[in-house]
Amino acid sequence: MNLDLTAIVLQTVLLLALAPLVSGIIRKGKARLQNRRGPPVWQPYLDLRKFFGKDMVISEHASWVFSFAPYVVFISALLAGLLVPMLTVQAPLSMFGGVLALVGLLALGRFFLALGGLDPASTFGGMGSSREMTIAAIAEPALMLAVFTLAIAAGSTDLSRIVAATLGPNWSLLSPMHVLAFAALFVVLLAETGRLPVDNPATHLELTMIHEAMLLEYSGRYLALMEWGASIKQLVLMTLLVNVFFPFGIATSAPAGLAASLLAYGAKLLVLSGAVVIVETTNAKLRLFRVPDLLSAAFVLAGLSLLSTFLFQ
Amino acid sequence: MDRLPQTLLLLTILGYVLGAAASLFCLRAGKAANVLAFGIAALAALNGVVASVAGLLTGAATARCSVQILPALIPYIRFSIRLDALGLFFTLLVSLVGLAIAIYSLGYNRQFLGRKSLGVFGAFFNSLLLAITLVFLADNAFFFLIAWEIMALSAYFLVSFEHEQEESRNAGVLFFVMSHIGTGCLILGFLLLFQASGGYDFNGFHAVGSMMATGPRNAAFILFLAGFGVKAGIIPLHIWLPVAHPAAPSNISALMSGILIKTGIYGIIRVCFDFMGPPPDWWGVTLLAIGTISAVLGVLYALMEHDLKRLLAYHSIENIGIILMGLGAALMFLHTGHPVLASLALVAGLYHTINHAVFKALLFLGAGAVVHATRTRNMEEMGGLVGRMPRTAFCFLIGAVAISALPPLNGFVSEWLTYQSLLQGFGTTQSLIRLIFPLGGAMLALTGALAAACFVKAYGITFLAQPRSEHAACAREAGGPEVAAQILLTAVCVFLGLFPTQFIRLLDPVTSQLAGSALSAQAGLLGGFVLSGATPTGGSVSTLGLSLMAACLLPVPLALWWVFSRKTLVRRGPTWDCGLQGLTPRMEYTATGFSKPIRMIFKALFRPRREVQREYDFSPYFATNLRFESHVEEVFQTRIYRPLNWLIWRVSRRMRALQAGSLQAYLIYIFVTLLLLLMFAL
Repeated sequence: MNLDLTAIVLQTVLLLALAPLVSGIIRKGKARLQNRRGPPVWQPYLDLRKFFGKDMVISEHASWVFSFAPYVVFISALLAGLLVPMLTVQAPLSMFGGVLALVGLLALGRFFLALGGLDPASTFGGMGSSREMTIAAIAEPALMLAVFTLAIAAGSTDLSRIVAATLGPNWSLLSPMHVLAFAALFVVLLAETGRLPVDNPATHLELTMIHEAMLLEYSGRYLALMEWGASIKQLVLMTLLVNVFFPFGIATSAPAGLAASLLAYGAKLLVLSGAVVIVETTNAKLRLFRVPDLLSAAFVLAGLSLLSTFLFQ
Repeated sequence: MDRLPQTLLLLTILGYVLGAAASLFCLRAGKAANVLAFGIAALAALNGVVASVAGLLTGAATARCSVQILPALIPYIRFSIRLDALGLFFTLLVSLVGLAIAIYSLGYNRQFLGRKSLGVFGAFFNSLLLAITLVFLADNAFFFLIAWEIMALSAYFLVSFEHEQEESRNAGVLFFVMSHIGTGCLILGFLLLFQASGGYDFNGFHAVGSMMATGPRNAAFILFLAGFGVKAGIIPLHIWLPVAHPAAPSNISALMSGILIKTGIYGIIRVCFDFMGPPPDWWGVTLLAIGTISAVLGVLYALMEHDLKRLLAYHSIENIGIILMGLGAALMFLHTGHPVLASLALVAGLYHTINHAVFKALLFLGAGAVVHATRTRNMEEMGGLVGRMPRTAFCFLIGAVAISALPPLNGFVSEWLTYQSLLQGFGTTQSLIRLIFPLGGAMLALTGALAAACFVKAYGITFLAQPRSEHAACAREAGGPEVAAQILLTAVCVFLGLFPTQFIRLLDPVTSQLAGSALSAQAGLLGGFVLSGATPTGGSVSTLGLSLMAACLLPVPLALWWVFSRKTLVRRGPTWDCGLQGLTPRMEYTATGFSKPIRMIFKALFRPRREVQREYDFSPYFATNLRFESHVEEVFQTRIYRPLNWLIWRVSRRMRALQAGSLQAYLIYIFVTLLLLLMFAL
């Protein structure tokens, strides 16, 4: 198999371009549901542009790890994005790693993000790191079990093959395995991207924030990379969800169906963003020690999904 | 050419003997003893690396040649070694890590100069390396047990090297006792095998299990599992491990955690895959279950530690668990008759074995440098070392990323292989037992994420932010040999991470010997650039490809920086302190605080005890003095070992009456015992 250079470039550009937009859409949607006008959907681009143009203040206690972390966060998210089928069934880098590598790359980004939070000797950063790693640790088994269920059904950890398998004739929209695994992964998505019942992306109230707390000491272009990396990670996870569970319209061969595929992909993302918006506006933030209940529910859902492959095969 | 590996190995063995002798010879001259002992050990270990790699590559490993190294004077005992693939692979392990540790010790041991006898230290170090090498190579059960005992004794003396501290003495005794409980099990196990084969040679033991009745066979399995499990540190036989590893000097901790506990893994593989023949299904399930439990509990207890070396010791338990998961899966595949999958799972276990040996040794060496520089093992008194010990900090970071199973380093590769074998295991049987595979995988994911949390804590609190004590503030970088050894192991970590398919080629003789199938043909795609999970569709990963791709993506942020932020300035400023008078180290986040959410979430397991004492003048919210204490005690300690200990004391107090010191009474005991045995025999 050869690496398709155009596919790599195209998907990289798409990831970079689309990620802030999705954040903007979710923010706008939330504002509308709360009867606010809200910032325009392209506000995240303007924010990034502004961050890049700002001078940086780096804490005097921070070391090279602090400056290294934004690059790792940004590049690992981007790299993870290249493992996911976006517009075509064949993901550009699917040869280099499947869903296990994807989870690993996201964990790598998180590891350095948390170190970056600890480095400037700020208590908020440490608190954020501690909570982020804790929540990730409880989310991981649910994520993995759901992923395992999919991989077992498809006989492969390669995401392109998993998507191809769901596209195949044996797939039905409401098979219990899919519904349960989707529910589990949706909860994990909320936790991993710092969405509302778990973390509040809009807060800057010191004692409740998780993701924002780790970024507190970042400014200028490092902050831009961190924010952008976070939104790319969100887009990657959302793409994973929509394309693995609802692969309608995805192009089986490039470049014939690319335009239609892009349209379908956009529509699916919009629907999923809508779901996130509704969950975020109708739920209050959970206490930190209630989050494990939510995530263990996700784990149980994933387990049931696995069991259902027994019962309904 | 064929005899080359064998000759080299004999030279290595001789080298260790020579190193021990030379070191004892210069007992009075500490400096010379140190240089001689560890210099010779390093050379011998280097030679061992060459020998074992050559043996594995040239196929000398498959020849099963047996060499007598000492004349045998007693029936059944033959002092002979054999070069089979499994033994050579583990010899590679001990030589590689031994080399790094010997180099490290050249510098590290200078702290003992004039205070302790370095000649004795060097002699025991060499004899430990010798004994471990012989354990891996022994071809006879008696010889094996003798080497096993020399290993335990040398390790005991090294653990209690700083015997003026009560902690080291107690740790040594605990290690000694647990180790001998294990040896007892092993002796019984070998006796069972002897009954079936009629000899003590390992060649005769091959597949002897298939000739045994079910009862003795299962008994032998359990005895060996317990005996080797004590050494490997599987839960619940692990209690010596978090006590003995921290108490030993750090180079010895590295040797114990990297290699010594692997002798248990070696034994389990040797017995289960070589001696016992086709396994029944519950063996694999047992190993997998024990592995999962050890992995999860090991990392959970590690998170609660703020003693840097104890934390690493608990991680050894976790990693032994991960290794056992691979081995258990391999046994299950052997049972169901899937040799390719069995070799995949076996490779996963063996790959994790060498990975753990390398990164754990690296981390312990780093921890040793840190502990020496800050004069404490308590992480809460460290901090800010990344600026003061930059090289150690860098190597420790690589080790931390590797042990957290993050791409692209070696821990990720072996856990990827483990995941793959667990995933593919699901399709191998139809019974409900296959649910153990995905559940094991989920627990492995939990373990990996908790390990990452633990190493964020360990690295962040130890190396980042402000120094939390005077000693940490004036810490200095470790000396040349210490840093060189760490860089060597770091390089090995990176190599094992980026070039897995090239390394798996070395494992081919091992898997064909034990599982009947070589893997490297299936596991490497695109000329070894991509690692695949043994089936063409199962999935593939290329750490090298991902790293190269990451390097290709690096221009993206750099270009953004060039386009938008060329004219921006970078300024150093204080960390945001909420408008206070500046941050002090006492306001930093602590290791205890960092792990608090985990402690709360798993409080049913940890049962944390906390004591808070407040002194205040007018309102409890404005305390003038506050004392906070928090303890987590292991449930095994309180529920199993303490009652057991109490029981043994009670029984032995009663037994004292029997052992009154009168010779006549003892003679009567012997006589009566003989009589009973004779009656029993007739």
